[in-house]
Amino acid sequence: MKSMKKIVAIVLAALLVVAVFAGCSKKDNSGETTKAAEQTSTIPADFKVGFIFLHDENSTYDLNFINGAKEACKELGIADENVIMKTGIEESNACYEAAMDLVDQGCKFIFADSFGHEDYMIQAAKEATEVQFFHATGTKAHTEKLANYHNAFASIYEGRYLAGIAAGMKLNELKDAGKLKGSTPKMGYVGAFTYAEVISGYTSFYLGAKSVCPDVTMDVTFTGSWYDETAEKEAATKLIETNKCDLISQHADSMGAPTACENAGVPNISYNGSTISACPNTFIVSSRINWAPYMKLAIENVANGKNADTGYDWTGTLETGSVLLTEVNEKAAAKGTQEAIDAAKAELAAGTRHVFDVANFTVTVTADKNVNAKVDDKGMLTSYMADVDSDAKFTGDTEAVKDGYFHESEFRSAPYFDIQIDGINLLDTKF
Amino acid sequence: MHKEKKQREPLFHIAKRPALPWYKSWGIRAIAILAALIFAGLVAMALTGENPLQIYVTMFKGNFSSERRLWMLLQSIAMLLCVSLAVTPAFKMRFWNIGAEGQVLVGGLATAACMIMFGNKMPNWLLIIVMIVCSMLAGAIWALIPAIFKAKFNTNETLFTLMMNYVGIQLVSYFVILWENPKGSGHIGIINQSTQAGWLPTIGSQKYMLNIIIVLAITVFMYIYLKYSKHGYELAVVGESENTARYIGVNVNKVIIRTMLLSGALCGVAGLLLVGGTDHTIATTTAGGRGFTAIMVSWLAKFNPIYMIATSFLLAFFERGASEISTIFNLDQSFSDIISGIILFFIIGSEFFINYEIKFTKRQKEVK
Repeated sequence: MKSMKKIVAIVLAALLVVAVFAGCSKKDNSGETTKAAEQTSTIPADFKVGFIFLHDENSTYDLNFINGAKEACKELGIADENVIMKTGIEESNACYEAAMDLVDQGCKFIFADSFGHEDYMIQAAKEATEVQFFHATGTKAHTEKLANYHNAFASIYEGRYLAGIAAGMKLNELKDAGKLKGSTPKMGYVGAFTYAEVISGYTSFYLGAKSVCPDVTMDVTFTGSWYDETAEKEAATKLIETNKCDLISQHADSMGAPTACENAGVPNISYNGSTISACPNTFIVSSRINWAPYMKLAIENVANGKNADTGYDWTGTLETGSVLLTEVNEKAAAKGTQEAIDAAKAELAAGTRHVFDVANFTVTVTADKNVNAKVDDKGMLTSYMADVDSDAKFTGDTEAVKDGYFHESEFRSAPYFDIQIDGINLLDTKF
Repeated sequence: MHKEKKQREPLFHIAKRPALPWYKSWGIRAIAILAALIFAGLVAMALTGENPLQIYVTMFKGNFSSERRLWMLLQSIAMLLCVSLAVTPAFKMRFWNIGAEGQVLVGGLATAACMIMFGNKMPNWLLIIVMIVCSMLAGAIWALIPAIFKAKFNTNETLFTLMMNYVGIQLVSYFVILWENPKGSGHIGIINQSTQAGWLPTIGSQKYMLNIIIVLAITVFMYIYLKYSKHGYELAVVGESENTARYIGVNVNKVIIRTMLLSGALCGVAGLLLVGGTDHTIATTTAGGRGFTAIMVSWLAKFNPIYMIATSFLLAFFERGASEISTIFNLDQSFSDIISGIILFFIIGSEFFINYEIKFTKRQKEVK
């Protein structure tokens, strides 16, 4: 059965090649026909792609990648048997083994989705130089400069900012209805670690809310794990009950926080995808990274030998379709939310509005807080040396504040905004 | 009528068997493995709709289809075997050391600490010696604490060693946050990736060869230690009966502490091989549950180091095979857990039939 399939595949591939050459030689002058022939042949029939995922689809984080991979492969017409997905691959030597096993199976494109996979992907890339390796959320490609190792991320802070607008509007609605728990609106945020990606995420979310609801404050707590359903649920419950938060958002990968919100009837801004089916009454909107555009681009470039075009580091944006917002849940959201999001999105895309515009927040610098930042006498950020080129001592190496705003995800794709701005209260920083 | 009912015997009863000849007991085990394979195949077929033969082929391929997979299998066997060998002397002494997970972790943690603190500050050969000493010491200390409490206060070693696991895990969590790179990421990443300081040497081009050779050496050592040494005899006597041991002049407390030191030190070696030889990093998942699986490996092999090669092969084979099935047939990770569960259930179940027999009540005779 299998050998039969193989023969058929080879025959088909051979036919395709013949067809392309025939097309080229016959109609060399007519550009259109050649182009059409090229499009069907961009991905060879025996082109294999491999994916490495930290968990399986039960984690919203990995599910988002798995969906992206499926979408990209489907659109490129890669047959199912040429797509190998390894789930549950730990951030250890297991990742290196998985990557090399994919190499052995003939994959020319190998993608890993979790931050801790990076070192092992680099190790594999150095060994299997004929294969291209791609790693989401990593930081080292632009300093390692390997021809076959690439990082990618998206300007998700823009998505978080837009989701924050939905949060701010909901708070305004609660305020007008006199339903706030305290005198001023307060949000709660469940983060995983005090990592730049999380800090950048909650700060942009807060700034989005603040842009429509100026007196909002936010409490942030950390669970110390990217996936810990119990801890996330407890953290959200604590924010709701003890800290009297009016709205919750989260940056961790389980259903813990959204479920806690649904149980308590507190509005929730989600991440990684819609949680409306589990939380029909409290889910407002969710931002997520759509990985399909990047995967598509990268796979096509591998197939065509144009890997330099993918670059060491790639940042997806609103424009590339990499930063998405789910549909707004009318049942939970304030009126006019969608319109407000659309308006802000247009301004972000046009460059007339910046998420980290220094005029919109203040920063307090002390001996042990925000040491890389410089502020003027009003607390406005004037300079920040970000740690873009990762090193063991976390030295700031790149000036990120220019033209009145902090340039996030421009010097490398992975976020490096790690300033603690005023108005956000960190309940604990032990992780 | 009434009388008859009272006399009715149960359909069957269970009786302890006299020791079975080796071919019968291994026959029962072989049948259990076959039954497990058939049942696992049926479950897989129900979930994937594939022909069960295809499923076995996939399982086999997952282990043997490339040279690298074969090495990976050998590495899995070696690491599981190493921890199993470590817990065995304690088990033979009837000291239920279920703290191997924690002992491996602290051994790994000590290794990582040496690599981070002394890397590039001393010659590599010296660093590796320091790592060996520290990892064995750390594992030994982790095992020594419950052993002392057992010897002095007769505390319950099962609970004590179990809880030491959690202390070990938390200790690793703490140091991961302390050494994390970049800040806030919760990861250490590969230690000394550029200089390879403190990485155990590779033999030829094979990354896992050294681990495998070391574990083989430990296997032979353990076999001789348990079977032919005075220590091995003493701990077996303590296991059979502490009073007998005392009567023949064995210092029971000394034997308990000495055996646990050995057990812990060998767990430390497993941590050394995992951190210094394979992962080059430390995380709470470094031991990967081997500390618990090892209990099964050791028990199933009747505490015989040579049989343990076979039992750890079996468990590693099924684990890798099941993982390959879930990759090929697009099932999630729980599937490999289900398959492993089925197989363990059957194998452990077979021990019941080896130790006990089911006697069906012979009704027809009664009627006559």
